[in-house]
Amino acid sequence: MTEKIAVERKVLSENDKLAAEIRSQLMQRGVVALNFVSSPGSGKTSLLEKTLAALNHELRLGLIAGDVQTENDADRLKRAGGKLVQPIVTGGLCHLDAKMITRVLPEFDLAQLDLLFIENVGNLVCPSSYDLGEDMKVVVLSTTEGDDKPLKYPGMFRRAKVMVINKIDLLGTSDFDLARVKENARRINADLKVFEVSCRTGAGLPAWFDWLRGLVHAPARDLPLTTGA
Amino acid sequence: MHELSIATSIVETVLQEMQRRQLPAVETIAVRVGALSGVVPEALEFSFSAIINGTPLAGTRLAIEQVPLQGKCRNCGLDFSVVEFIFACPHCRSGQIEITKGEELEIAYLEVSS
Repeated sequence: MTEKIAVERKVLSENDKLAAEIRSQLMQRGVVALNFVSSPGSGKTSLLEKTLAALNHELRLGLIAGDVQTENDADRLKRAGGKLVQPIVTGGLCHLDAKMITRVLPEFDLAQLDLLFIENVGNLVCPSSYDLGEDMKVVVLSTTEGDDKPLKYPGMFRRAKVMVINKIDLLGTSDFDLARVKENARRINADLKVFEVSCRTGAGLPAWFDWLRGLVHAPARDLPLTTGA
Repeated sequence: MHELSIATSIVETVLQEMQRRQLPAVETIAVRVGALSGVVPEALEFSFSAIINGTPLAGTRLAIEQVPLQGKCRNCGLDFSVVEFIFACPHCRSGQIEITKGEELEIAYLEVSS
C-alpha cells in the first residue's frame, strides 16, 4: 500500500525567502538593485566598466561580481573606479543564488549606496531561476550572437525588464538583424525596455546612463519588481 | 546546468518533510516543472539519481509532471495556451499577458509505503 502525502512546496522556497529578506533590506535603505545576466562575452563587464566610469562621481555605486572562476572581472571593475566591488567565485556553479548575496551584502554600507549592480555568471538559463532580491534583471545581448537568442532563452527574456543590445558598432559585419532581435524579444516580453549601445565607441551609452540616474531618483515603489522564479 | 542545485534543493526539502512528519520510506517524489522554469526534466532526473545514493532517498523515484504555459490576457481577459513562447493574445493581439501556469518548480506530493 502506498499513501499520497501532499507537500505543495516550491523547490526554491529557501532561496526565495532569502531573496525576499534582501529585497526588503535594500528597499528600506532606498537602494536599487539590478541583476545583470547574459551569455559569456556579451560585454556585461564592459558595460559595467563604462557605467562606473561615467556615474561613479555622482551616484553611490556598489557592485557584486559573480564568476565561475577567477576574480578577473572584479579586478577590472575595481580598476574602472569601483571602490565597492565584492567578488563572488562560484567555483563551477552556473549561477548566483540568494545565499551568496546574503554572505557579501554586509560588506556594503547600504545607507551609503544608491545603486547595487549584481553581475551574474555568464549563462542565459540557470540565473533566470534564482531570485537574488533585485529590483529587476537586465539582460545584455550582443550583435555577435544570433538574433534568435530571445526565442531560444524565453525564460530569461520574459523575466528581464530591460535588454541592452551591445556592440552595435559591429552591425553589418554579420547577419544579426537589429529589428528582428527586438521583434523576437517583444514576442516573449512586450514590455521589455531596450537600449542599443556600443561599449567600444560609446554610442547609445548616454541614454543608458540617464535611465540609471532616473532610477535612483524615482520613488522606490514605482520600480517594477522582479517576481520570484 | 543548474539541475544539480535544483535536485539538491529537492532532496533537502524532502528530507526535512520526512523528519517533520516522521515519514517512512518515500517511494516517489512528484515534482511539477513548468515550461518556463528553465529546468530540463532529463537533466533533473540524472542529477537526482546521482545524489541520492547513501541518503534515505536511495531507491526513491522522481515523477516529473511537465506543465505547459498558460496565459491570461490583461486586456480582454482571455485564458489561452501560450504556444512557442509567443506572449500575444490570440483574440485581441495584446502583449499584456499574465502567466497563469508554466512557471512552476515545486514538489507536489510524496508517495510513501504505509
